[in-house]
Amino acid sequence: MSYVTKSPWIIHYDGSSCNGCDIEVLACLTPMYDVERFGIINTGNPKHADVFLVTGAVNEQNKGVVQQIYEQMPEPKVVVAIGICACSGGIFRDCYNVLGGIDTVIPVDCYVPGCAARPEAIIDAVVKGLGVLAEKRAAMEVKEDKAELAAETEVKQNE
Amino acid sequence: MLTAIVSVIAYLILAPLIGGFLAGLDRIITARMQGRFGPPVLQPFYDVLKLREKENITVNRVQDFYVICFFIFVVVTGGFFFAGGSLLLVIFTLTLASVFLIVAAFSSGSAYAQIGAERELLQMMAYEPMVLLTAVGFYAYMGSFRVDDIIQGSNMPLIPLVGIFAGYIFILTIKFRKSPFDLSMSHHAHQELVAGLKTEFSGRTLALIEVAHWYENIFLLGIVFLFFVNGTILMTVIGIVVCLLAYFLEIFIDNSFARMKWQVALNSAWIAALVLGGINLFVIMIG
Repeated sequence: MSYVTKSPWIIHYDGSSCNGCDIEVLACLTPMYDVERFGIINTGNPKHADVFLVTGAVNEQNKGVVQQIYEQMPEPKVVVAIGICACSGGIFRDCYNVLGGIDTVIPVDCYVPGCAARPEAIIDAVVKGLGVLAEKRAAMEVKEDKAELAAETEVKQNE
Repeated sequence: MLTAIVSVIAYLILAPLIGGFLAGLDRIITARMQGRFGPPVLQPFYDVLKLREKENITVNRVQDFYVICFFIFVVVTGGFFFAGGSLLLVIFTLTLASVFLIVAAFSSGSAYAQIGAERELLQMMAYEPMVLLTAVGFYAYMGSFRVDDIIQGSNMPLIPLVGIFAGYIFILTIKFRKSPFDLSMSHHAHQELVAGLKTEFSGRTLALIEVAHWYENIFLLGIVFLFFVNGTILMTVIGIVVCLLAYFLEIFIDNSFARMKWQVALNSAWIAALVLGGINLFVIMIG
C-alpha cells in the first residue's frame, strides 16, 4: 500500500481570489473541521507539499508564480482548484488580464466549484485528490521498474 | 562491554520507534491543547514513509552527503552515550552533527535556507554553554565524564545538580525546536522563512532529517534520565516519568508561546547557563 494517501501535505496559493475561498481553506484547519485528523498539514513550502490548493483565477501577473510552485513540488503531486474563479475564471473570466481557470496554466486534478467553496467540499476534493495521488504514485513505480529493467538489460547486453 | 553493545543495539533499534511514537503523541497533545482531535499516533511514521516514496529533488549532490553525515553523527552521538562513553565526546559529536546540517543548508544557496542556517548557528551559540556546563557539572559531582561511571554512583545527581538540571530543561526547548525558540525551522506553516533550514530538503533527505531528530530527542531525554540514576528500580521508574514530564512540558511551552527573536533566545539561554549552571557549579566546587 502506498503511504502518499496517509500524509498529504498541502500548499495553498491565492491567485487572485477575493479571500472568500482562502478563509474557507483555512477553516479546514480549525478545530471545527481539523483536517490534521487525516495527516494533512499546511506547509508553506512547495518542496514539502503533495497537494497544491489554488484559489482565484490566473492572470498575467501570477501565471509564473503558479507554474513555479507547481514545478517545485516533487512527484507525485495533485492540484486542486478551489472556487469557481479557480475552476473557470468565474465572474472575472472576461477581464482583460485574466487568463481563465488554473487549468489554463497547470494540469488540474480536482475542481471545487462554489462561491465561496464550502469547507466540506474542499475536504471532499482533497480526499478525491488522494485517489489521484495514489494512482500517480503507482505510475511512478511502474516507470521506476521499467527504468531498472532497461538498465539491467543494458548491463547484460554489455556483458 | 557486553552491556554496552546490547544497549547500543537497543538504542539503534528502539530510539527511532520510541522517538517517532513520542512525536506522534506530541502531535496529538498539541491538537488537544488547541481544541482539535489530532492525527493518529503513528502519523510521524506515515509522514516519513510517504517522504521515502516522493521524488527526491536536490539542489546539488553534496547536499545529500552532508545530510547523511548529519544523520550518522546524530546516531553516533546517541551510540557513544548509551555505550557509556564520555559526556564530552558525546557533546562534541553532537556539535559536529549540527554543523553538518548547517553546512547542508548553506550548500543549497537558497536565501531561506541560508537565513535558517544562520539562525541555527545562533541557536547553537545559545544552547552550547549550558550543554557543556551539564557535562562539567556531572564531572564536578561524580569525578568522571564517563556515563558508565555516572550510572554506577549510588547518589542521585539531581539534588546537588538541581540548578544544572533546570538550565538543561531550559535549553531543551531550543534543542527540541519548540516555540518560542524554533527560530531556524518550524513544523508550523507560514513562518517567515518558508521552512527555514529545511526549505531545500525534500523526499528521502527530509525523511532522514526527521528520523535523525527522533534519535536526537531520545538521546536528549537520556541526559534528563541521567540526573535520576542511583541504581535502584524506583529511581529508574521516576527518571523515565520525569523524561516524559519534561517532554510534556516542552509541548506545553510550545503551545503557550509565540516565536521570539534570536536575541531573546541567546540572552535567556546564556543567563540560564550562567545563573543556574554557574551558581550550581560554584556551590559544588566549594562543597
